[in-house]
Amino acid sequence: MVKNKGTTPLAFDEMMNADSSPRQPYSTYHEWYASQDRNRLITKSKDAENIFRKTGITFAVYGHADSSEKLIPFDLIPRIISGREWRKLAQGIEQRVIALNAFLDDIYHKQEIIRAGRVPRELIEKNVAFLPQMIGFRPPGGVYTHIVGTDIVRTGEDQFYVLEDNARTPSGVSYMLENRETMMQMFPELFHQNRVRPVENYPYLLRQSLASLAPPGCSGKPRVAVLTPGIYNSAYYEHAFLADMMGVELVEGSDLRVIDGKVKMRTTRGYEAIDVLYRRVDDDFLDPLTFRPESALGVPGIMDVYRAGNITIANAPGTGISDDKAIYSYMPEIVEFYTGRKPLLENVPTWRCSEPQSLKYVLEHLEELVVKEVHGSGGYGMLVGPTASKKERALFAEKLKARPTNYIAQPTLSLSTVPILVNKGIAPRHVDLRPYVLVSDKVQIIPGGLTRVALKAGSLVVNSSQGGGTKDTWVLED
Amino acid sequence: MLGRTANGLYWMFRYIERAENSARLIDAGLRMALTRSGATEGDWDGVLQSAGVRELYDEVHETLTSIDAIDFLLRDRANPSSVMSCIEAGRHNARMVRTALTRETWEATNECYLEMKAMLSKKARPTDMPEIIDTIKRRAGLIRGAFHGTMLRNEIFNFSRIGTFIERADNTARILDVKYYVLLPAVAAVGSSMDNVQWESILRSVSAHRAYGWVYDAELKPANIADFLISNGRMPRSLAYCYEKIASNLGYLEREYGERHEAHETAERTLAALRSRSITDIMDQGLHEYLEDFISQNNRLGQEISDGYRFN
Repeated sequence: MVKNKGTTPLAFDEMMNADSSPRQPYSTYHEWYASQDRNRLITKSKDAENIFRKTGITFAVYGHADSSEKLIPFDLIPRIISGREWRKLAQGIEQRVIALNAFLDDIYHKQEIIRAGRVPRELIEKNVAFLPQMIGFRPPGGVYTHIVGTDIVRTGEDQFYVLEDNARTPSGVSYMLENRETMMQMFPELFHQNRVRPVENYPYLLRQSLASLAPPGCSGKPRVAVLTPGIYNSAYYEHAFLADMMGVELVEGSDLRVIDGKVKMRTTRGYEAIDVLYRRVDDDFLDPLTFRPESALGVPGIMDVYRAGNITIANAPGTGISDDKAIYSYMPEIVEFYTGRKPLLENVPTWRCSEPQSLKYVLEHLEELVVKEVHGSGGYGMLVGPTASKKERALFAEKLKARPTNYIAQPTLSLSTVPILVNKGIAPRHVDLRPYVLVSDKVQIIPGGLTRVALKAGSLVVNSSQGGGTKDTWVLED
Repeated sequence: MLGRTANGLYWMFRYIERAENSARLIDAGLRMALTRSGATEGDWDGVLQSAGVRELYDEVHETLTSIDAIDFLLRDRANPSSVMSCIEAGRHNARMVRTALTRETWEATNECYLEMKAMLSKKARPTDMPEIIDTIKRRAGLIRGAFHGTMLRNEIFNFSRIGTFIERADNTARILDVKYYVLLPAVAAVGSSMDNVQWESILRSVSAHRAYGWVYDAELKPANIADFLISNGRMPRSLAYCYEKIASNLGYLEREYGERHEAHETAERTLAALRSRSITDIMDQGLHEYLEDFISQNNRLGQEISDGYRFN
C-alpha cells in the first residue's frame, strides 16, 4: 500500500500517463480538450452551476448553520472508463451483489455461514443492524437488496478495490443522471465523438425492477411509491427526482396508513393501496410499532403487512447487516462461501479494532491509517491519519480505546486521480466511484455511476458532506 | 393524487398570490405618499390593515414609520404575509409538490425565490423600491406564464387555481373592508380631493385604476368602485370573478372524481348570490357587514375543500 502525505505524486492518474500522453480511454477526449479555449470552459463551468442552482439540485448538510441547501460542485471533465475495464468491474460487482443477497437470506434463515464458522455469531446477533423481525421471513422474489451502490476505488491500472457495499438506501443516483444531462446539454459534440454508454434509462429500469417484485397477492399493475422522510432530508431532491422520473407518487409517512391489511395512501379520492414501497427511510424509523416508537417518518403496522406478504419494501429491512464495516472485513469469505469462487474484486485490508491484536496495531500506526466507525457513513466520524493533526489523532485514540468494537481501520489507499478544471488549467484530484446495481430476477449494473472527487489538492475525502464534488462518469462502448 | 400534494399545490398558489398582493399594497402605499405632501404614516396604517398585519406590526415596532412599514411588508420574516415570507413559503410548498409541477413551473418558482432572496437580503432603500416591486411582479408573472403554458389541465391544475382564487377573493374583500367607510354615501357626499386619493388607492391596490376607466366613466364613484371589485365578472380580481373560477374548478373535480362535497354547495351558493345581488342592495344592507360575512364564508370554503379532498 502506498503511504501518502499531502499531494500524491505517486497516485495513478486515469487521464494522463507518466510521459504526459493521454491514457487510451481518454485519447479522444484529450484531443478535444486540447482544442478548447480555457475561458470558454470556465464560463461553461459557471453555466453548469447555474443549471444546478435553478433546477434546485441541492442537498442539505446536517449541522450546517447557514440554511439548508447546498450545491454539490460539478466538475466538467468526465471520468472515463474503458469497456474492458468496465466488464471486469461489472463481473466483480455482480458476484458480490449475488453473495450479499445469499448472505442475507442465510443470516435470516439457517445461518449456515455461522455454523460453518466463517463469520462469528456475536458479530451478527449483537449487531444493531440485525433485525430479529426478519428471521424466517423471505421477501418477494427472495430479493433483499433491490438497489445497491458499490463503492469502488482504484489505485493502479488493474487495481480496483471495493470500499463499501451500500446495501441499505444508497443515494446519489440523481447526480449520475443530472451530471450526464448537463454534459449532454453543454458539450453535445463530445457524445458524437465518444461512444458513451447510456445511463438515462435508470428510472425506467428501477421502476420495472421494483414492479417485478410486487407481492404475489398483487393483481393488476403494481402500484409503486417512493417513501421520503420529507423536505428537510439531505437527499430530498433525489427522492422527488426519482418519483418524478418513474412517474410514481412521492409519499411521506403521514400519507400512509394500514387499512384492511394493506398499506394505503391518502389521496384526494380516499385511501388507495400501495404494492411496492421504495423507501428512503432508515429501518429504525420505518415502523414505530416495531422499531423506534417516536418515529413520525414511518407507517405504524407496516411490518405486519410486510410479513403477511401484502407489500414489498425495497430495500428489505435488515439489509444493514450485510454492509456495515465490521461485516465488510469478512466479505472475501462471504463471497467465496456463497458463490464457490474467489472474489473477483478485492477488499481493502481491514483491521477490526474489536480484536486486541488489531487494536494494538491500529493505535501504533494511526498516522498511516484511515479509521472509520462501523456504522458511520457520509465521511462523518472518521479519522484520516496522514492528514490529521497530532492532537486530532490523540483525541481519536481515546475514542478508539473507549469503544474499540465501534471501529475498523484501513490503510490509506493512494486513490487514483482524474483531473479537474482549475483556474490555471487542469489539476489531478482523487476520486472514487459508485456504480448503481438493480436486483430483481436478474442483476443489472448501470454502465456509469457517480464519480465523487475531492476538490482539495491531496485530499482523499470525497464525500459531498465534506466538500467533495462530482463528475460525469463515462463507460465507453468498446 | 395525494391529499398532501393537493394541499401543497393549494398553498403554493395561495402564497404566490399573497406575495403579489403584498407587493401591490406597498406599491399603492408608495403612490399615495407621492400624491400628497407631508405626513403619510396614516396611509401606511391603512396599508398594514389591508394586509391584515396591523396588530402584528405593533408587536415588532414601537412607532409607525413608512420605512419600517415598507420593510415589514416587504421582507420581515416575523410577518408571514411579507413578500419574502410568502415567496419562501410558496417555494417551500413547491419543493414539496415538485413531482406535480412541470420543470418550467418549478424553475420559475425557484428562480423567483433565488432572485428575491438576493434582492431583499438587506433593507431596501426608497430609491430601490420601483425596481423591487417591478421584479416581484415580473417574477410572479413568469411563474403564472410557465404554469399556464405548460401544466396539464387536470386535478393538479384545479387545486392550484382554487388556491389562487380563494386567496385573491380574501385579499380583495379585505382591501375593500379596510376602506369601506370612504365608500359610504354619507362620506362620499363630501366629494373632496381627499376622497379621490383614497378611492384611487383602492383601485391601485388591485391594479385596476386604468381598467376602471375603461369600464365606467373616468369619474371615480364609490358605488362603481364597489361594483367593480365585488360584482363585475370581467374584473379578474373581483369577488364574482374569483368565485366563477373557484366554482368551475370545483366543477371539474366533481366530474373527474364523480364526487360532490360541502364545498361545492358553498361555492355555488356564494356565486349565485354574487350574480344576483345588486351593488346598491349590498350597500343599503351594509357594506362592512357584507364583507365581513364574505371573508368568514370564504375561509369556511377553504376548510371545506381541505376536508373534502383529504388535505390533512
